[in-house]
Amino acid sequence: MNRMPVLVVGIFLTFLSSWLGLVAYPYFALARYTPVTDEETGDILPPPLSGLAERGQEVYASAGCIYCHSQQVRQVGYGSDLERGWGARPTVARDYMRENPVFLGTMRTGPDLTNIGARQPSEMWHHQHLYQPGTVSPGSIMPSYKYLYEVRKIEGQRSADAIDVLPPDTPPDGYEVVPTYEAEALVAYLLSLNRNYPLPEAPEPPQ
Amino acid sequence: MSATLTEAHPSTVTPEMEKAHRALIDESTRLPVVLFYASAVFWLLVGTVFALLASFKMNAPTLLDQWGWMTFGRVRPAHLNAVAYGWAASAGIGTGLWLMARLCRTPLRHSKLLIGAAIFWNIGLLLGTLGILSGDGRSIEWLEFPNYASFMLFVAFGLIAVWAIIMFRFREPGHVYVSQWYLLAAFLWFPWLYSTANLLLNFEPIQGGAQGAVNWWYGHNALGLWFTPLGLATAYYLIPKVLGRPIHSYYLSILGFWSLALFYSWNGMHHLIGGPFPAWLISASVVASVMMFIPVITTAINHHMTVRGNFHALKWSPTLRFTVFGAMCYTLASVQGSFMAIPSLNIITHFTHYTVGHAHLGLYAFFTMIMFGAMYYILPRVVGWEWPSARLIRWHFWLVAIGIGMMVVVLTIGGILQGLALLDPNITFMATLDYTKPWLFLRSVSGVLLTAGHIVFAVSFTLLLLKVGSLRTAPTLFGSDQGRQPEPLNV
Repeated sequence: MNRMPVLVVGIFLTFLSSWLGLVAYPYFALARYTPVTDEETGDILPPPLSGLAERGQEVYASAGCIYCHSQQVRQVGYGSDLERGWGARPTVARDYMRENPVFLGTMRTGPDLTNIGARQPSEMWHHQHLYQPGTVSPGSIMPSYKYLYEVRKIEGQRSADAIDVLPPDTPPDGYEVVPTYEAEALVAYLLSLNRNYPLPEAPEPPQ
Repeated sequence: MSATLTEAHPSTVTPEMEKAHRALIDESTRLPVVLFYASAVFWLLVGTVFALLASFKMNAPTLLDQWGWMTFGRVRPAHLNAVAYGWAASAGIGTGLWLMARLCRTPLRHSKLLIGAAIFWNIGLLLGTLGILSGDGRSIEWLEFPNYASFMLFVAFGLIAVWAIIMFRFREPGHVYVSQWYLLAAFLWFPWLYSTANLLLNFEPIQGGAQGAVNWWYGHNALGLWFTPLGLATAYYLIPKVLGRPIHSYYLSILGFWSLALFYSWNGMHHLIGGPFPAWLISASVVASVMMFIPVITTAINHHMTVRGNFHALKWSPTLRFTVFGAMCYTLASVQGSFMAIPSLNIITHFTHYTVGHAHLGLYAFFTMIMFGAMYYILPRVVGWEWPSARLIRWHFWLVAIGIGMMVVVLTIGGILQGLALLDPNITFMATLDYTKPWLFLRSVSGVLLTAGHIVFAVSFTLLLLKVGSLRTAPTLFGSDQGRQPEPLNV
């Protein structure tokens, strides 16, 4: 092979084939979804995120949650995702139409979070978990996200949004732990994660 | 000098003239090669610190958890980007441009393009790493750098691609060696790959459902069409050079190159098996992954047959020892990768530490080891100073060889246990974690060995650059075979 045109054209064409298959095809076929309206309930599906949850999505990306948590429920025959109760149905491309970036993930040091909002709907639980994971999830190796919380002196009355911190790391007397805006946003996003609604291409299986 | 060689009748070209010509070429590459190599070693150390931190945090989750910029989810991508773009790519570019000049048989021209690239490159790396730590990371695997950093990297890649085309255009007439096919391909593929992926995921993001496909088209091709060709180009050059015998088969080289170009580029979707994608898309990638047996076995036979009968050279040549170790691990990592793409095995290894072990087998045991070998060969020729101590090189080799071997083994075992536990819905999720904990501790131990090896290498590298000690006339080799002539062949 001594001829530059043959080499360069070959280099171009081989790569072009994968570009067509794995970039151009998804671009035209998987990035053109629109929401659907549920005929019975009138809900728009997948539901739009609240402003706070959208900010929480950014906090999720910034904190790097995807390095331990996936957000995909695989089909029957691909692992025990459904048996573990991680979702009522496998997820489909339309579920992710509002996600940017998409948090499909490749690691499960922690459990899948596709439907964590449905599995764990308590706001307080999420705050306690983010503040000290071991207190509500014994044996966990999740790091704490204390940097998203403020320990501050109680001025007069305890703040309405202060969290009930469990031992061992309770604040000193006269102090309280309050979530920052980022923590509130992250929890709002986690609570919004519920993809158990039916879609035309993915009806909810009968319970 | 180059003119005299070309114009001279072949029969009048003496080995001395060729040697002088090569020395001239080597000298012309000095500044860009040293710039890229020095940044590579710097980022290797930075990336190693992040790696250790991330690994320790899995053993002791409360370690440094009070600061957001030290949280696991930022330190881990900081590690990946520092070692992939900072270390591996810088080392690959430094090696690639030296090889390019040698194989074009012409002194390096337009070095300003490369120096500019090195500056953009390092500014991009610095901004990107700080960006991830400060919370600007995008959480898109392999593309975490925020736009202000990835833009700088793209400019650097563009400059290098332009330079590569110019060099190739002005090469001396004659045979185009296999290494050069890989180099040219890598330098042309990567800017295309990097710009497409950044455009569709970071600058003008497409809908989430399609992002996964583009993400892993990029992620796998960064390995397959950037690092792999750079590593193979280096192995194809260094093994025959050090041994003084030609590569076993030209036809196997051709088959290996074109099958790699065709099949590797389609591999990406095997990272998303079972995910929300059309079945044919994933099947295409599974088939392409299994077809990777062709280029891999071809290259393995070609390299093995070249070294066969000369394995004793591994005893005295640091370059060959690192390079052959890397070439063997290329076969191992690729065969493992093909098996991992088969769905019935993928359901065990997917989402586990097994994949992390596989990634290190590829990017470290294969690519990084070959880059170490290349630096041991190239740097003395470029700087005009030999490595300060064979003992340091020996420590470096054994620390990293044992370190990476141990890391891959413990992550493989831990990953399989984790994967089997995840498959069984009767095992609670928390219990799947317990299966991994002892292996994650051992991974940290292996990380300490690698860190020690990197420090030894950095010391050795710095001593050479500072030209410490007395001028040696012979290359620094293992054992007593100091008189060996390591470069008898004109490839």
